[in-house]
Amino acid sequence: MATKAQTQREFFAFLKKAYSFYVGGFIAFIIVLAVAEQMGLPRRWIGYIFLFATIALYAGIGIMSRTAEITEYYVAGRRVPAIFNGMATGADWMSAASFIGMAGTLYLTGYFGLAFVMGWTGGYCLVAFFLAPYLRKFGQFTIPDFLGARYGGNIPRLVGVFGAILCSFTYVVAQIYGVGLITTRLVGVPFELGIFLGLGGILVCSVLGGMRAVTWTQVAQYIILIIAYLIPLVWLSVKHTNFPIAHLVYGHVLEKVSAREVELANDPKENEVRKIFADRAAAGAAKLKDVQKSLEADTAAANKRLADAKAANAPAAEMKAAEAAVAKLPKDVDAAKKAYTAESKLGPRAAPISRHAEAFPGKDEKARDINRRNFLALIFCLMVGTAALPHILMRYYTTPSVREARASVTWSLFFIFLLYFSAPALAVLVKYDVYTLLVGTHFDKLPAWVAAWQSVDASLLSIADINGDGILQRAELSIGGDIVVLATPEIAGLPYVISGLVAAGGLAAALSTADGLLLTIANALSHDLYYKMIDPTASTARRVTISKILLLVVALAAATVASQKPADILFLVSAAFSFAAATFFPALVLGIFWRRANKWGATLGMIAGLGVTFYYMTQTQGWLRGVFGVTKPIELWWDIQPISAGLFGIPLGFAVIVIVSLLTPAPDKDTQELVDHVRYPHLVGDIDTRGT
Amino acid sequence: MELTEKHHEYWRKNVRMTALLVVIWAVITYVAGYYARELSFSFFGWPFAFWVGAQGALALYVVMIGFYAWYMNKLDQEYGVAEGDE
Repeated sequence: MATKAQTQREFFAFLKKAYSFYVGGFIAFIIVLAVAEQMGLPRRWIGYIFLFATIALYAGIGIMSRTAEITEYYVAGRRVPAIFNGMATGADWMSAASFIGMAGTLYLTGYFGLAFVMGWTGGYCLVAFFLAPYLRKFGQFTIPDFLGARYGGNIPRLVGVFGAILCSFTYVVAQIYGVGLITTRLVGVPFELGIFLGLGGILVCSVLGGMRAVTWTQVAQYIILIIAYLIPLVWLSVKHTNFPIAHLVYGHVLEKVSAREVELANDPKENEVRKIFADRAAAGAAKLKDVQKSLEADTAAANKRLADAKAANAPAAEMKAAEAAVAKLPKDVDAAKKAYTAESKLGPRAAPISRHAEAFPGKDEKARDINRRNFLALIFCLMVGTAALPHILMRYYTTPSVREARASVTWSLFFIFLLYFSAPALAVLVKYDVYTLLVGTHFDKLPAWVAAWQSVDASLLSIADINGDGILQRAELSIGGDIVVLATPEIAGLPYVISGLVAAGGLAAALSTADGLLLTIANALSHDLYYKMIDPTASTARRVTISKILLLVVALAAATVASQKPADILFLVSAAFSFAAATFFPALVLGIFWRRANKWGATLGMIAGLGVTFYYMTQTQGWLRGVFGVTKPIELWWDIQPISAGLFGIPLGFAVIVIVSLLTPAPDKDTQELVDHVRYPHLVGDIDTRGT
Repeated sequence: MELTEKHHEYWRKNVRMTALLVVIWAVITYVAGYYARELSFSFFGWPFAFWVGAQGALALYVVMIGFYAWYMNKLDQEYGVAEGDE
């Protein structure tokens, strides 16, 4: 986007001007679409326009930023000003899970969901205090670069490459999956086509311009996603509090939600519905014991009911119900088994209403204690994982100086904070809306968005008059977390154009994160594996070309995996944090803060940390147990859930590095000099480690 | 490249400040988190622990990182290890 001749100051002025125009243009674009909607532009068209306009925009920035120069390609020329690097990091960081999933998780789990809010922000303290400035001073291209230089030799670098690919690949699959979901919802194209459309946007951008193009696209994406997140929140806040800034006042809404929860917990109709669910679950479980016999009994009972009704000349309604019951009978034993299994799983729907604001609910002191332990363990893993994910740490190589790197972490967290402290407010406001305006309403009078979303995807929202009283009870409503963000514009009564904007925001979040992750993987392969280990004589042009080819290959591989719709995708994302935390954090931090840490300590420490984390997951997590054929009963260590497996890997990683390093010779003088070099922003007679 | 006593003092000050900030970080996150059930008095409508998790801790994280950046930039100047214009 800029020529070499510009000074940093001119470049900064240019960026400010360019992005100010961009923001203005984007707002004008939304206004034009809103007017067009009022004049009768169909919804489907609005979806198409949003999808293609934003992807064209990202591709356009990619084309403008194309480069074949090595520092431009790997680290955006190291001239990204702190505030812009902050925005880019924000977009890099906030994935589809943050944008769409976070508020939903908070809606569904209340206080417990705050573990994600705190974990995914507090981790930046560790980035700022322990890593970013030092890595910037080191100034090469990748995280394995640092491991290779600090610990000497290819073995630590290779372990780093493996760790970086493992956590980035699981993460990028989830992002591409998210892209597919959003495009499907936004314009109704098939899932696979959606994936490849999104992929096109990612590739034009990152293949042409590497880190440089990705950086400037991410800034643009951050602006879209934050506007898309805040507009509906402001409207909803005005609707319920008469005040636009929900963050300041939603405490009182939370009080009302809590009061309403008490009301609903004591409501006899609610308890009636819950009892029906409990009975159905118990009956389903009982029928599963002998499917054949139960099916025969059910068939006999339904036929008898119909016969009795006919004989007694029952009223039309009763006749109709009896006929429907016969029609609904499972066709064969397999269908019956499926139906009974579904019934037996209704147990959770009978659960009492959860209290949004209550910390660590549980039936007794022990359950509460386990809940608390897992809350704190999850925060810990998410925080340390945040400070160890290579695609985030890599961003701090792109600032012009150590000083800017420090400032840039502050900006990063500030921009992330804007979204993360909005999510809990959004969750509470939507809950208030649902509990007061939706629950207790007659089924004929439900707002239009309820039926609309129910028809889009029943896992997002499903309602049924279980007890047949014509009124919606809280227990009759089943909600998927994603609906909270997706439906907020309609709940708040905004025009469809804002719904399109929200979908475009989710798309921006998923695409920007995917961009950063793909670069990380391709760079680990091309720079660390190929250039540093296989062919150190390769010319810079060749390195860039190889990097671009690998990027294409990795992107296609990730898209292929994502199009298979792998099962436990959310678990894989969380697992990436535990993997990154246990692999990288101890080795990186001790490499800077402890001179004595050496090659063997670091190598074995990384392997041990990753190993124990992975082992614990394979022993305790349902899907992984299946993959690895583990059949013995689940034994949790101190009741810690598999999502927080890093809790064991991180301390073990530290311990192994310290013990093994002390048992083996100290690092040589060059390594000592490297440590001094990264610790001081400027030294007289300093060595130069900048990558070329 | 020999480090002088001044350099060592710079590093000690950095480590001390880092340790202090990490302690504050741990207290607001883990100690306040551990006692969340006890810290449930109403704070402008929020139960206090809920507010800390949703807003207070986050804001403090931003402030701490900003403060650290400011402190270290000042320290660089004082100890003559600041970067020139590159």
